[in-house]
Amino acid sequence: MRTWFHRQQHTSRVIPGFGLTMGISVTMMSLLVFIPLASVLAYSLQLDAKDFLKLITNDGIRNSFVTSISCSLIAALINCVFGLILAWVLVRYEFTGKKLLNGLIELPFALPTAVAGITLSKLYADTGWLGAPFAQAGLAIAYTKIGLTIALIFVGIPYAVRSIQPVLEKLDPSYEEAGNMLGAGSLTIFRRIILPELRPAILTGFGLAFARGLGEYGSVIYIAGNSAKNQTQVVSYVIMQKLNYVDYASATAIALAMLIIAFAVLFAINVIQIRQAARTV
Amino acid sequence: MKRSKTERTLITISVLFIVVMLVIPLISVVYNSLQRGFAFYVESLTTDYVISALEVTLLATIIALVVNTFFGITAAWAITKFDFPGKHIMTTLVDIPFSISPVIAGLAFIMTFGRMGWAMPYIDELSEWLGTDIQIVFAIPGVILATIFVTFPFVFREIMPVLSASGRDEEEAAALMGASGWTIFFKITLPQMKWALLYGVILCTARALGEFGAVSALSKTRGETFTLPLEIDALYQSGMADSITAAFSVSSLLVILAVIVLLLRTFIEYKAKKNSI
Repeated sequence: MRTWFHRQQHTSRVIPGFGLTMGISVTMMSLLVFIPLASVLAYSLQLDAKDFLKLITNDGIRNSFVTSISCSLIAALINCVFGLILAWVLVRYEFTGKKLLNGLIELPFALPTAVAGITLSKLYADTGWLGAPFAQAGLAIAYTKIGLTIALIFVGIPYAVRSIQPVLEKLDPSYEEAGNMLGAGSLTIFRRIILPELRPAILTGFGLAFARGLGEYGSVIYIAGNSAKNQTQVVSYVIMQKLNYVDYASATAIALAMLIIAFAVLFAINVIQIRQAARTV
Repeated sequence: MKRSKTERTLITISVLFIVVMLVIPLISVVYNSLQRGFAFYVESLTTDYVISALEVTLLATIIALVVNTFFGITAAWAITKFDFPGKHIMTTLVDIPFSISPVIAGLAFIMTFGRMGWAMPYIDELSEWLGTDIQIVFAIPGVILATIFVTFPFVFREIMPVLSASGRDEEEAAALMGASGWTIFFKITLPQMKWALLYGVILCTARALGEFGAVSALSKTRGETFTLPLEIDALYQSGMADSITAAFSVSSLLVILAVIVLLLRTFIEYKAKKNSI
């Protein structure tokens, strides 16, 4: 047992460079990511719990959390529905322009957020191409929560599609065939066979789109209108506002709350992925 | 080929969704940027502010690219070629810049190097010792640090799965036959991951050129430390019709870049698929 263990250890380190690459990676991660983040943490922990709660539950800040969380949740849900449809169409069907459609999905990754922001804002304004028809019907989109949610759908869609698509590609069709032979209708097959297999991927896509939406800044600040009265300020906007007023205590307190939520989401996604990996092996 | 009703409906929904959500915004940028004619377009791209912003953007992008590519390769090598405890945690931690708000990234550097930051006295001391005046926050180094932060995981994210899938048998064989680390890297690992690496580099470039939130927190001087997205913001926020058109003109530059990224991605994916068959 002992010798086996030693040999295992030995063979797994045949390749050179472990110490060097590991050392460089950890140092770079610490210097460029963790130490700066730890500074936020250290500063916000100087506040005592009462002050922290008082800052966080201040009306404006609480509203911004409600707005960011609710709009990101709705956007992530809509993205999951369309993400599933898009992934399905891209994996299962053949049609002209499929490659183009597939390539376009990545656009929100490649387009700078500020550009997306001003474009969506102009597009959905009362005089914009897409905003005008709604404005005539009496529905304002830009500078409301609807506009904000549309911007979040825009930035989140690639996360949903790219989480579901690879899993759908690998899905073994024999179960569906078996279901079909046993006389199940296509809706039953989808609900009972395909959907359970895709559930972890859908949840991952949901979590990623939600996390991205929660922290989003550039693409939402133009279309949201950022009015405290209409509750269209997102959390990132409020942090930036506090920074501009040199109110570091509030800025770091909000940031700490955001970091906690972001870590919880990241953790949940990881648990889902580990479980999925354990299931497929 | 005859299609079922569901198939037709789903394809229609998908195409409509992509056209409304993604294609129309893309066309709208180009349309808005050319609203005042081509002469105005060129003019708004050659103002001093835009040229300065372009220089700052390129500088920050190139440095972020070099740093993150170096990190991506070393970290992917450490994680995929060796087993060690805490490997999964490390993979998760690399992703942190993805999942936090860019504004918090900006805040993080302000709290480190700013007036309130703990590192400020050390930087001041260093400045005094060197006889220079090192400024990080609200200066070019801050812009560079913020850009590095937000694009930190990109290269790593792209090459890690490829290296992980190709295993380490070839590298082990080479090492046993006496090849050095560099030889193994250049002869075996690099060819395996070249397309993924290229895509990671492209994605990192696109994101670095377009970063807004983090840089916005750390850069306040137009014409000196502004990047292109900040210049777009300044033009758009000024509210005058002319400068809004100018904002779209500058945006169109970044849109062209985004389209190039998408085309390259499709090309690389095609290449990678052909290689793997």
